[in-house]
Amino acid sequence: MKYELQLKNIKEGFRKDVERLSKQKISNCYQCGKCSAGCPVAYAMEYPPSMAMRMIQLGMHDRLMSANTSWFCVSCETCTTRCPREIDIAKVMDTLKIMAQAGKYKVSDNEVPIFDWIFLKSIELTGKIYEIGMIGAYNMLSLNPFKDVFPMGVKMILKGKISFIPHLIYNPLEMIKNIMMFRKIRKKDRERIYEKNV
Amino acid sequence: MFKVAYFPGCSLSSTAKEYDVATRLVCEDLEIDLVEIPEWICCGATTAHITSELTASALPAKSLIWAEKHNMTITSPCSACFSRLKMAHINMEKDAELKKEVEEVTGEKYNGKAEVLHLTRVMLEKYGIEKIKEKLKKQLKGLKIASYYGCLMTRPPEVSENDRVENPMIMDNLARALGAEPVKWAYKTECCGAAFSLTKTEIVRKLTGEILKDAKACGADLVMVACPLCHSNLDARQPEISKLLKTNFNLPVLYFTQVMGLAMGYDYMDLMLNKHFIDPKPLLKAKGII
Repeated sequence: MKYELQLKNIKEGFRKDVERLSKQKISNCYQCGKCSAGCPVAYAMEYPPSMAMRMIQLGMHDRLMSANTSWFCVSCETCTTRCPREIDIAKVMDTLKIMAQAGKYKVSDNEVPIFDWIFLKSIELTGKIYEIGMIGAYNMLSLNPFKDVFPMGVKMILKGKISFIPHLIYNPLEMIKNIMMFRKIRKKDRERIYEKNV
Repeated sequence: MFKVAYFPGCSLSSTAKEYDVATRLVCEDLEIDLVEIPEWICCGATTAHITSELTASALPAKSLIWAEKHNMTITSPCSACFSRLKMAHINMEKDAELKKEVEEVTGEKYNGKAEVLHLTRVMLEKYGIEKIKEKLKKQLKGLKIASYYGCLMTRPPEVSENDRVENPMIMDNLARALGAEPVKWAYKTECCGAAFSLTKTEIVRKLTGEILKDAKACGADLVMVACPLCHSNLDARQPEISKLLKTNFNLPVLYFTQVMGLAMGYDYMDLMLNKHFIDPKPLLKAKGII
């Protein structure tokens, strides 16, 4: 694929949006490739982290956001730790996922966003993680109902490692406060992400 | 006796029950008073920070505010919880606007004074390794321990406050203090793929497989961890990884407080060692520890 590098082709808005939301200066990246060298999941990414940085600089949002790159980031922070330009690359990856999930771009993964939604719903409603409910809901929604059930799941239940009873916040007042907090957060997030459009 | 605000985290009340039990036992012996934060809520773990920056800071903020109010150091035995708590603290320090928003949604004020430490540092630095040595009832002679640190208690350095990011030694020093032999190995800070445990399991199998392979090749008898997510990947997924790689690792994975508990004279059932998928009993019997 050929990409002609001309000033008029560079969509600055995308870079500026990522920089605003991640508070990182992407233009500092000088393509040393240290992040890609240390990344444990680079082998599975369509574009490794250093390439993603370059694509943000060049405003190639269409290609980067439809790739699996940010969704395969496992947040191990190796890239952030080793970056000689002190860019928090893991945070940039988070920002790309946040932008996609907020509806700004296509969500190009069908596992992680479902899991996140269930996980955060569990915190919203119970204050804690309700493992068995979460795993069950995830398996159903990802159309793979028996994933990890046998032998691992069964063994976990037999060993008493997973309980059927959810651990809740017991104080109902705190519970309502928790749900209200999530509502306020959602409102604020919408304002923040849609401040400026690409 | 000193008091620490204790944030156990969700895993410690279910998949890592044994970590909680061993931690409380050991802390009681060491006279560290773990005060569990009342009505704590989940830190958001691996998902909040990829969905919304505000959620990722607001969830841990509630516990930070409590610890600050009661003037206690806040600690978590889970590396992921520790990392999220500390990260929220740092992000609010750096970003006044974010802090203001967090205060608005939680309805409480945060002065940025909470001190967040991982449990390993509370025990080995605040309490002191020499004082731990005094409490030991036996030496774990001949036991080769590979300390696995993983990602979140080592990276990024501003969170872990560790000057040896690529080669941390805190747990190796503990292993030596307990009379065991720390193993030198290359994968102590490599990622096990924790965040993808349920979603992209094939990545977890690959990454964890490499960690187990290296530990075995370097002659480890057991792997010592300080994170329930690392543990569930290294232990509960070990049988399927063994099958995939056509070997039999048979490498027990223990929490560091369980290993400490063994040296403090607790037995197999006290420390709930039966909960592990890879049973450490044959190994510990052969070494004369239980």
